[in-house]
Amino acid sequence: MNPVATPFFFYLLAGTMLIGGILVITRRNAVHSALALIIALLAQAGLYLMLYAPFVAGVQIILYAGGIMVLFLFVIMLVNIERTQKERQFNKQWLVGVAAAAALGGLFIAIYTKGKGIFPGGGMPPAGLEGQNTQNVGVLLYGQYMFAFEIASLLLLVAIIGAVVMAKKRI
Amino acid sequence: MTDPITLSTLDLETKDKTFLDANELVINMGPQHPATHGVLRVILRLDGEKVMGLECVIGYLHRGVEKIAENRTYTMFNPYVDRMDYVAAVSNGLGYCETVEKLLSVEAPPRAQYIRVILTELNRMASHQLWLGTHALDIGAITPLFYTFRDREEILKIFEKYCGARLTTHAFRIGGLQYEAYDGFEQDVKKFVKFVTPKIDEYEELLTTNRIWVERTKGIGVISAKDAIALGVTGPVLRASGVKWDIRKAQPYANYKNFDFEIPTGQNGDTYDRYLVRMAEFRQSLRIISQAVDGLPEGPVMAKVPKVMKPPVGEVYHSIEAPKGELGYFIVSDGSTQPYRVRVRPPSFVNLQALDVMCRGQLVADVIAVIGTLDIVLGEVDR
Amino acid sequence: MQPIIDYVTSYLSNKTQTPGGAGNFFWAFVYILLVFLGLSVAVIAMNWLERKILAHMQVRLGPMRVGPHGLLQPIADAIKLLLKEDIIPAEADGVIFWIAPFIVVLAAFTVFVVVPFGPTHAITDMNIGILFMLGVSSLSVLGIVMAGWASNSHYPLIGALRSSAQMVSYEVAMGLAVVSAILMTSLQGQGLGLYGTGVSDATASGTLSMIGVVQAQQAQGVWFVFKFFPLGLIAFGIFAIAMVAETNRAPFDLPEAESELTAGFHTEYSGFRWSLFFLAEYSAMIAVSSIAVTLWLGGWLRPFPNLLSGSTWDLVFNLFPAITFLFLAALCFYSTSRMPKHPYFKIQTMGLAGFGAVLALIGFVLFIPAVFIRVQDIYWFSIKVAAFMYLYIWYRGTFPRYRFDQLMKVGWKVLLPTGLGLLILTAAMGMRTELWTGVAMPLWHWVASIL
Repeated sequence: MNPVATPFFFYLLAGTMLIGGILVITRRNAVHSALALIIALLAQAGLYLMLYAPFVAGVQIILYAGGIMVLFLFVIMLVNIERTQKERQFNKQWLVGVAAAAALGGLFIAIYTKGKGIFPGGGMPPAGLEGQNTQNVGVLLYGQYMFAFEIASLLLLVAIIGAVVMAKKRI
Repeated sequence: MTDPITLSTLDLETKDKTFLDANELVINMGPQHPATHGVLRVILRLDGEKVMGLECVIGYLHRGVEKIAENRTYTMFNPYVDRMDYVAAVSNGLGYCETVEKLLSVEAPPRAQYIRVILTELNRMASHQLWLGTHALDIGAITPLFYTFRDREEILKIFEKYCGARLTTHAFRIGGLQYEAYDGFEQDVKKFVKFVTPKIDEYEELLTTNRIWVERTKGIGVISAKDAIALGVTGPVLRASGVKWDIRKAQPYANYKNFDFEIPTGQNGDTYDRYLVRMAEFRQSLRIISQAVDGLPEGPVMAKVPKVMKPPVGEVYHSIEAPKGELGYFIVSDGSTQPYRVRVRPPSFVNLQALDVMCRGQLVADVIAVIGTLDIVLGEVDR
Repeated sequence: MQPIIDYVTSYLSNKTQTPGGAGNFFWAFVYILLVFLGLSVAVIAMNWLERKILAHMQVRLGPMRVGPHGLLQPIADAIKLLLKEDIIPAEADGVIFWIAPFIVVLAAFTVFVVVPFGPTHAITDMNIGILFMLGVSSLSVLGIVMAGWASNSHYPLIGALRSSAQMVSYEVAMGLAVVSAILMTSLQGQGLGLYGTGVSDATASGTLSMIGVVQAQQAQGVWFVFKFFPLGLIAFGIFAIAMVAETNRAPFDLPEAESELTAGFHTEYSGFRWSLFFLAEYSAMIAVSSIAVTLWLGGWLRPFPNLLSGSTWDLVFNLFPAITFLFLAALCFYSTSRMPKHPYFKIQTMGLAGFGAVLALIGFVLFIPAVFIRVQDIYWFSIKVAAFMYLYIWYRGTFPRYRFDQLMKVGWKVLLPTGLGLLILTAAMGMRTELWTGVAMPLWHWVASIL
C-alpha cells in the first residue's frame, strides 16, 4: 500500500523517541527510566516499519522491548529504590560526557551535510521490498553471510556458557 | 530463630550453597492465609525459595477447653470435646466417653459399641474426605474438593438423622448411647457403603496416577520412621513412614478386635505415601462399617451409670485412633462430680511438631503441601 | 459525497485482500471495531462458559440466578466491577500502578490486528505476522512486572517475578515450535523447495504472514499438525503446552497460585483495573489459541478437505454454521420447556426463549448462500479456537498445579531440547531429497569406493 502522512508519523515517532530518551536519563526512579526506555524502543520499532524493514521492527519488539527490558526490570525491581532516589544523579564525569555527546552530534551533523547526496532521495522504494523483506533477510543471512552469522551465534553461545559457569559454582 | 530439634534431617545448611544464598529471608505465612487450614501462623526462614527452617505460632483458636472441664461435671463436658477436632467430632466423643467409662469401670453394651464403631468409622471417612479435598485444593486441583464434599454430605445426613446434628454431633453418652439407632439406620449405612465404594475409585482416578500430582507429592515432606517416633507422630503420618501402629489393633477398644481389617502402611514417609495410606484407610473403614452393620447385635444401648457421676479417686489415660492419629484423654478424678484435671493428647498438635523436620530443604510451595498432608485441625491444636 | 461512497464500495466490489492490505481505512476501521466487539463478546461468553463447564465438571450448577441459567451473570459481574471502589494502595507507585493494566490490555488486544479469521477477514496481513503476534504478546509481561512492582507488596512482587520468569522461559520453547511450523511453509509446492525446479528463490521461501501460513497449508493440502508425521504433531504439542504456561493458566497458574501467593501480581488491584487484567488474560488465551489454530490446524480451512471433497461435501460443511446455531437454539428451547412453571420464573423463561429465538434467527440467516459463503471461514476459525478454550477449562478442572522449579524443568529441560531436535528434524525432512542426493549418496559412493 502507499504510504500515508509519512512526515507526520516520522516526527511523531521521532519525537516520542527523543522524549523517551530524555526521560530515561532524567528520571530518578529506575523503573520509570526503564518504562521510558521501552517507549523509546517501541518508537524506534515504528521507525523501522517506516523504513520498510518490518523484520527488524518485529525483532526489535521481541528482543529489546519484550525480552531484554523484562530482564532489566527484573533486576531493577530487586534494587532498593528509596536509596537510589536519594543519591546524586549526575556525577563528576559530566564534562567528559558533554564533550563525547558533542563530538558524536558533530559527527552526525557532518555526515548529514556532507553525505546528503550519497543516500537515495525520496520516492517509493522498489516494489516488493516490504512484502519480501523477511524473505530477503533470511536468504542473505543464510546464503551470502552464512559464515558471519554462524560466528555471531557461536560468540553468543560462548557468552551463555561463560555466564552459566560463572554464576554456578557447582555444575 | 533457634533450632530446638537436632535430627538427622537438619544438616542441609552445609550443602547446596551458591553465591545467591547470601541473604536469608524471613517471611510470615498466616494466620490469615488460605492454605494454613485455619489460623496457623508459620514463620518461614527462606533461602531463595528453599525453607531453611520454620516455626509454628499457635494459639489463635485457644478456648481453654481443658480448663473448662474443671468446672463442668463429667456429663456436661461431653459436648465440649466435639469442638476440638470439629471435623471428627464423633471420634472425640468416643475417646472421652470411653475414658470416663474406664474411670467408672463400666462398659457400654455391645449394640452401643457397634453403633459407636459405625459412626466413628463414618466420621473417619468424613474427616479423610475433608482432608483430601482441601489437600488437593492446596496443590491446585480444585475438582476433588467438590467430589469429596458431595460424598461427605451423605455421611453428614446419616449423622443428622441419627442425632440431629451434622458437625458437632455429641453422638455418644457416657455408658453408651442416648438414642437407639433410628429406623432404617442399617439400610442407610449399607446404601452409603454401596454408594461410596465407586466414588473412592473416582477420587483415585483423578489423582493417584496424575503425573503432576505424583511430582508434587513424591519425595516431599519426607519423615523417617525414627524421626516420626521421636517426635511422637501418630496416625496416617506415622504409618506412611512404615510403622504399623494403629491403636485399633495395638490396644483394641470398642470391640475393634472383633472386626477384620488391615493397617495400610507406606514405605517412604512422603506426602504421596501419606495420601495412599489415607486412601487405603477409606477402604478399610468401609470394610469395618460393613462388618459392623452385618453383625449389629440387638440389646440395650445404655449401660447402668449413675445419674450423678462421682468416679473414684484416681487417674486414667485412654487413647483411641482418631482419623488424625492417637487421641488420648488423661483424666484425674478427686472423687467429686467434676474432674480435677483433664488433659487431651490431640494428634494434630503432636503431628504439627513434625512440620519443621518435614519442610527443611523443601520449597515454599511444598510447605503448603506438607501442611495439607499433616491433616491438622487448628481447633484441636489450640483447644 | 460520491467519492466517499465510491471509496467505501470499491473495497467490497473487489474483495481479494484484507482492508489493511488494500489500504482502505474505512473498512479497516470497521474491521477493528468488529474484531474488538467480537473479542469482548467472546470474553464475556468465555466467562460464563468457564463457570458453567467447570461447575458441571465439579458436580455443581454454577451461576443460576442472574438470568436464565446465569446467562446475565457476566454482565452483572462487569457492572459490579465497574461500580466498585478503585483502590490504589497508599505506598504504591501511582503512575505505574495506573498504567500497568492498560499495557497488558493493549498488548493482548493489539495482536488481533493480524489474526486471520479468513483469507480476507483480517484487519491486515503483515509480512511479519507471526513475529508481530509473538512480539506484542510478549509485551504483556512488562505490564505484569510493573503491576507486581508498583503494588509495593510482597505477594504481588513474587507473583510478578514468577510470572515474568515463566513467560520468558516458555517463549523460547514456543518460538522453536513456531519456527518448525514456519519451516514447513517453505515447501509450498510439495517437493518444489528452494532447490526445486522452476521456482525462484524468493517465492519458494516460506512466509511469516498469518494468512500466508494458512494458504501454504491449503496449497500443500495438509494441516501442519499432520505434516511429517509425527513431527508436526510434536511441534503442536510443544506449542499447546507452552501456550498454557504463557497465559498463566492451570496447571501452570503459579503466578496466581491462590494457596501460596493469594492472587499473584494483581492482589492489590480491584474494580475496573482488576477487570482489565481479567480481560487481558482471556483475550491472550484467545490470541495464543489463534496462533495454534493458524499454524497447525489450518486456520479458517474446513476439516477433511481431501477425504470429503467435492461440491456435495462442500455444501454440507457450508451448512455447519447454520446447523450449529440451530442446535444451540434447540438447546435453549429445550431448557425453556424445563424451566419451572412458577410465575416467579416468567421473565426468565421468556428471556431464555427470546435468546433461543435470536439464535434460531441467526441460524436461519446462515442458510442464505450469500451469507454462509462469506462467513464460513470465520466459523471454522472460531470453532477451532473454541475447542482450545474448552481445553483450557478442562485442564483447570483436572490438573493440580506444578511447583515452580518443576515448571522451569519442564520448560527448559523437556520442551526446549525437544523443540530444538524437532527443528533440526523438520529441516532435514524438508530437505530430504537434497540430503539424500547431495550428502548421503556421495558419502555412500565414497565408502563403497574405499571398500
